[in-house]
Amino acid sequence: MRYLPLSAADRAAMLERIGASAVDDLFRDVPASVLLKKPVDLPGHASEMEVERDLVGMAARNVPAGAVPFFVGAGAYRHHVPATVDHIIQRGEFLTAYTPYQPEISQGTLQYLFEFQTQVALLTGMEVANASMYDGSTAAAEAVLMARRITKRKKAVISGGLHPHYADVIGTVTRFTDDDIVRAPVDVTGSEDLVSLVDEDTSCVVVQNPSLFGHVRDLRPLADAVHQAGGLLIVVVTEVVSLGAIVPPGEMGADIVVCEGQSIGNGLNFGGPYLGLFATRQKYVRQMPGRICGQTVDADGRRGFVLTLSTREQHIRREKATSNICTNSGLCALAFTVHLALLGEAGLRRLAQINHTRAAMLVDKLAAVPGVEVVNDTFFNEFTVRLDRPAAPVIEELARRKVLAGVPVSRLIPGDERLASLMLVASTEVNREADQDVFAATLSEVLS
Amino acid sequence: MMNRQGRPTAPGEATAGATTAMTFTGHRGLEHEEPLLFELGDPGRSGVDLPVMASASNRLGGLERTQAIGLAGLSEPEAVRHFTRLSRKNYAIDMGIFPLGSCTMKHNPRLNEKMARLPGFADIHPLQPESTVQGALQVMDVLGHWLRTLTGMPAVALSPKAGAHGELCGLMAIRAALEARGDARSVVLVPESAHGTNPATAALCGYQVKSIPANDRGRVDLGALREELGPDVAAFMLTNPNTCGLFEDAILEIADAVHGAGALFYCDGANFNAIVGKVRPGDLGIDAMHINLHKTFSTPHGGGGPGSGPVVFSEALAPYIPVPNVVHGPDGLRLVEQVNETDASFGRLTAFHGQMGMYVRALAYMLSHGADGLRRVAEDAVLAANYVLAGLSEELTPSFEGPCMHEALFDDRFLKGTGVTTLDFAKAMIDEGFHPMTMYFPLVVQGAMLIEPTESESKRTLDEFIAAMVSLARAAKSGDVERFKRAPALAPVRRLDETTAARRPVLRWLPEESEEAAR
Repeated sequence: MRYLPLSAADRAAMLERIGASAVDDLFRDVPASVLLKKPVDLPGHASEMEVERDLVGMAARNVPAGAVPFFVGAGAYRHHVPATVDHIIQRGEFLTAYTPYQPEISQGTLQYLFEFQTQVALLTGMEVANASMYDGSTAAAEAVLMARRITKRKKAVISGGLHPHYADVIGTVTRFTDDDIVRAPVDVTGSEDLVSLVDEDTSCVVVQNPSLFGHVRDLRPLADAVHQAGGLLIVVVTEVVSLGAIVPPGEMGADIVVCEGQSIGNGLNFGGPYLGLFATRQKYVRQMPGRICGQTVDADGRRGFVLTLSTREQHIRREKATSNICTNSGLCALAFTVHLALLGEAGLRRLAQINHTRAAMLVDKLAAVPGVEVVNDTFFNEFTVRLDRPAAPVIEELARRKVLAGVPVSRLIPGDERLASLMLVASTEVNREADQDVFAATLSEVLS
Repeated sequence: MMNRQGRPTAPGEATAGATTAMTFTGHRGLEHEEPLLFELGDPGRSGVDLPVMASASNRLGGLERTQAIGLAGLSEPEAVRHFTRLSRKNYAIDMGIFPLGSCTMKHNPRLNEKMARLPGFADIHPLQPESTVQGALQVMDVLGHWLRTLTGMPAVALSPKAGAHGELCGLMAIRAALEARGDARSVVLVPESAHGTNPATAALCGYQVKSIPANDRGRVDLGALREELGPDVAAFMLTNPNTCGLFEDAILEIADAVHGAGALFYCDGANFNAIVGKVRPGDLGIDAMHINLHKTFSTPHGGGGPGSGPVVFSEALAPYIPVPNVVHGPDGLRLVEQVNETDASFGRLTAFHGQMGMYVRALAYMLSHGADGLRRVAEDAVLAANYVLAGLSEELTPSFEGPCMHEALFDDRFLKGTGVTTLDFAKAMIDEGFHPMTMYFPLVVQGAMLIEPTESESKRTLDEFIAAMVSLARAAKSGDVERFKRAPALAPVRRLDETTAARRPVLRWLPEESEEAAR
């Protein structure tokens, strides 16, 4: 077998050195009744060529986003990732390294994590960031737990504009703690009043910007009200490219910012692996979950980097840790860091502007289709349209006609008749005007 | 990892003093000093060519970002060089044996990478219509089938993002099942040798954690366990093989005792590599077990993730598993994404469907090995660990009698009186060209050294590793303390001051002026 270097002769020599007559002697602590005598009922080994053929066959049953006009978003976005990014993350020194427990031979990983933390802090307008979480949704749940530790209050208010899967993850993770999760009604128009839900028991308010439905909101009045009541404002950003165009959450008074970082450097990958960004104020750093990289010096006084503040973490604190997280999204963080280094400030701003412009063009094209009404006044690169009929079957029909049009809100929030006609539509730099025209024309055909 | 008496976190005085040749540039041959991205780049530079587009009417609601962000940009050649130079400061499994115990650093096949990058897998959106992702759902379905068959467990939840996330998934299902029978209970029992994620996860599920001691054979003290197993105990969390590298030979009695007390049995599957294809956890009476695809099934660790931690479940817990799930429908495969009021599922653990990129890699690995090859994987991994145990037993001090499973545990008794600590020993291994083993874990022995060679190493590599370890042990005993205290002398940096890093945290780059101001 191509992955196993030991030959039969090696095995025999090793058994002899050990003083065992057969490999099953080494399994003698396993009760005989449960030690399998033969392989389980699954296919036998296969050559590289055969495995490749099988998997290429499965991949061929999917419609890749790049093959059709594509406008699907709702928390995951298709952007162009430069070839350099994938080249760097496939270097074995990054790809096949472990968590940097031995810093002297992990400075490559540690230095890029330090650069990553700096980029995340700058982008979100916050003071510090950690070395990544699994994804945006789990980061949001960790933020709620962190707010509870800081405020020692149990009530979390969840905006009706937060991605419902994020709200579900928060609800699940707090299910067996005695937290009180208050979900505001679904906010299609971006006009909800969260301030009225905030009181002296409120630990935090969780709000997404731009919201699930695409609205861009000034969060400063909300931040003021939450702070007045002694709570924290948690801002969720699911499209991190928007931070190249919009006032960052840190400037609007956020105490914790969590983002889905997939848009920069990482592909769609059917939902994972993705990249959770987590940033906060310096004063809360010791309550932050996850790995943190810090700068220090070596025995010769030269700059170097280490994992630090580990007394927050499970391997030291066990049941008193700030989080149970161990493995995070290191390689996705590297992809993010490389892509953002390539973009730079000027590139990110231009990329954000192109996204916004593309979406603005698409809004106008779709608004002109009979049976389509645009819900948004404000948006970044994603917005909501109301169709004159249920959206899900329309989207299915568009897929049959080779247009991947958007996300039916009913898939995210089923069972609410008033939402059935809504569709979320995203447009990024990868959409050409011709793609948008095909989308508008095909939608027009389907609706007529 | 740190044990209870703590390991030194600052370089001692003995380690100071430059050992490296000074050069004009600071570079040392192929070893380049590399500035931070922010010291190299500037805000105006970019390595991406983007079209200039006329701005359409702005619909940002007056919330345009006006202040400078402060990001640095690099041209493409500069970026490639920066990150390539950084990469060369890392040790990696591609470069040599990576014997971190309980981490299973095995070879990461490149076929897996190639398959995960097929546009049909890498370029599909989690919310595309199901009719356009039947192949992706097939990958999930087939992977689930392999995991269920290899473990002999009837249900699987694929979505957890890593091992600790899988633990959370397993314990939440346990709690949901107990609540459904009207008896949530309050305590989770965890052996003292357990990984820190176990107690941290139990606490996250609202449970009080009680520790179960090990016996002098490095296994769970069955008597102590029986004593703690009362009507308040929700679950027992056990790693098997355990973190001492030993198979819990009383596992069937343990399972009976746990179930007899009305509790459920969670297994941390971090060490599944030792028994894959040889033992089915379902036959051991386990109710839930997470599987680290980034350990047993060869997906790369990536410098700390992404991982993937699917969980397999017994019949008793199957109704409670989280969404999403792939099911067979009349028109092909479909996803169950919502929890209806009548469902027992405990909820949702992540926004989308889990780590698809890792599913593809793990499936490529499983298909390559097949049922016969995976069995061989476990046998070779256990053989290699026992070979290391045999080769080191005379010079180092094994903590427990063998045979071991996939990893061999030593403690620091062989260093007694030498002035050399486990940490010093590990750092000297770096100079010899090896990544050190896991040190100071598990906590049940003093100055632990936990060595997991995996099935990926040739006999030649194992022999070289053993010879180097023996030579270091002899050097320590012969009184050559200085060599250990100043190690590593040949790494890109020398020992780093972790104490100062924690006391005065510098967690991001700041321009010099603001750095001054911050002080």
